Amino acid sequence: MIEIIGLTKTYDSVKAVDDVTLTVESGTITVIVGTSGSGKTTLLRMVNRLEEPTSGEVRINGASTQAVAPHILRRRIGYVIQGNGLFPHHTVARNIAAVPNLLNWPRDRIAARVDELLDLFSLDPDQYRDRYPADLSGGQQQRVGVARALASRPDLMLMDEPFGALDPIIRARAQDDLRRIQRKLGSTILLVTHDMEEAIRLADRIAVMDGGRLVQYDAPARIIAHPATGFVADMVGDVERPLRLLSLIPVSEVVTDGSADGAAISAEASLRDALSACLWTGRTAVPVERDGVRIGQVTLDAIRARAEFRA
Amino acid sequence: MTAAALRVAMLAVLLALVIRPHWFEPVFAPLAPAGGPVIYDRASLLSLSLNHLGLVLAASVTATLVAVGLAVLVTRPAGAAFRPLARSVANMGQTFPPVAVLALAVPSLGFGSGPTLVALFLYGLLPILENAITGLTNLPRATMEAARGIGLSRGQRLMRVEIPLALPVILTGIRLSVVIALGTATIGSTVAARTLGEVIIAGLLTSNTALVLQGGLIVGLFAVLIHDAMLQIETRLLRGGRI
Ligand SMILES: Nc1ncnc2c1ncn2[C@@H]1O[C@H](COP(=O)(O)OP(=O)(O)OP(=O)(O)O)[C@@H](O)[C@H]1O
Ligand SMILES: [Mg+2]
Repeated sequence: MIEIIGLTKTYDSVKAVDDVTLTVESGTITVIVGTSGSGKTTLLRMVNRLEEPTSGEVRINGASTQAVAPHILRRRIGYVIQGNGLFPHHTVARNIAAVPNLLNWPRDRIAARVDELLDLFSLDPDQYRDRYPADLSGGQQQRVGVARALASRPDLMLMDEPFGALDPIIRARAQDDLRRIQRKLGSTILLVTHDMEEAIRLADRIAVMDGGRLVQYDAPARIIAHPATGFVADMVGDVERPLRLLSLIPVSEVVTDGSADGAAISAEASLRDALSACLWTGRTAVPVERDGVRIGQVTLDAIRARAEFRA
Repeated sequence: MTAAALRVAMLAVLLALVIRPHWFEPVFAPLAPAGGPVIYDRASLLSLSLNHLGLVLAASVTATLVAVGLAVLVTRPAGAAFRPLARSVANMGQTFPPVAVLALAVPSLGFGSGPTLVALFLYGLLPILENAITGLTNLPRATMEAARGIGLSRGQRLMRVEIPLALPVILTGIRLSVVIALGTATIGSTVAARTLGEVIIAGLLTSNTALVLQGGLIVGLFAVLIHDAMLQIETRLLRGGRI
């Protein structure tokens, strides 16, 4: 659990972060969203003390971050920097191994972990292990940056726009991978983005920042349905609200008996995907399958019922 | 290929000039005055060369250690205030004419190698210091951030990230400094240091062009070949292992 208490950072006269208080539960993903310059990076950097707060405090599992030397604190916290920051003079493998090396893991354990992570991020170890960052594409560099942060299996991870340079397809896959890895390991993640779509996809809770202040801290569904301020509503985007709401609900929640015709949709897909399937093929219901077995159908009416704004 | 051939040829000529100078008697004879020596014979050219290189090596190693050490100190947050001072002191070392340094050093250090070492050291300092400061202050920001972010201590950041990344620029400074020292060492002979300058000065004093040419040729070839060798080492270091 991370407790951020009254955290403020002042540069000259500018309050980059203004009295932010929030608690991140263990094993969850909290996504900080906001426009450029709203203080997201500064807030994140105060958690691992890359920036010292002007006032306020951060506690991790009850212990103040001021209790240990900064570099010791940071070795326990995975960190993905905005713009990857790989070591240009080290190979991909050595970059990923940076923290395990600091923690004196045995060689073979490090090598195995590096290959495991490269696999996880769809980079063939034999092909990429010994390359230098300059010989990777921007997206590949970014994935190596995320792999480096995961290498020592830290309980807590800070990620500053980790998927910024990825194309939409790889980006969606990287987000799914991160979600899967996080669920499996039960890690706590604090992630910064300016993309509300990404926030909704990943977050258990979303923190919306505006001009250094935390304006809303809520579950994605509540952020969409009940934006606290006009700014939050703008971030969500009025016209897209119903679709965003649907994207949060799995088909399995509204599946009913029946055997609609045509191609089936997975029970894990979102209602947004189901709506899209209905509209595209002109059907009023689509069959639903789980592990290849049809388990029922989802109807356009059921989808519409979930998309309606209920104040 | 042609570059390699040229290198081998130059090395062969240099070795012959130093070890078997008498082979070149027919070449230099027309340049020597009647009755004067064609080949320098007051000392072995080999021992002068070794002495010359030894002085350069000693001065360059010391200058490198001091300059890099200084650069590291003044690029730490605590030492940043001293950066302009270190720079201007090193600049002064460079502006001071080497002959003046030699002359001023003689009263306290006597004749011989002492004053020459001091002059070479002062001369070598600036290029290395300048380059090391440039290298250590122009590191990629994101990389330095990441180095802090993953938990490297100050010392680890210096040794594992900053120095390796600044190394190409530092090595360039050292190479420059060594080449300057190779030339400057010849002047050391004016205060009786045993360097190749002795051959040139003997030639100048007796209007013996053969000796002047011999000394100049040897110093020149050493400078070109050593510069080239250091360049090779640099590129190999950077391309291959990248430290
Ligand atoms: N070292 C600094 N000195 C002075 N001002 C700073 C410093 N770092 C950040 N700021 C200011 O603090 C504010 C917040 O910056 P921050 O980097 O946290 O924004 P951000 O939300 O991460 O933006 P982006 O989405 O563009 O990355 C900005 O106005 C920025 O100019
Ligand atoms: Mg930022």
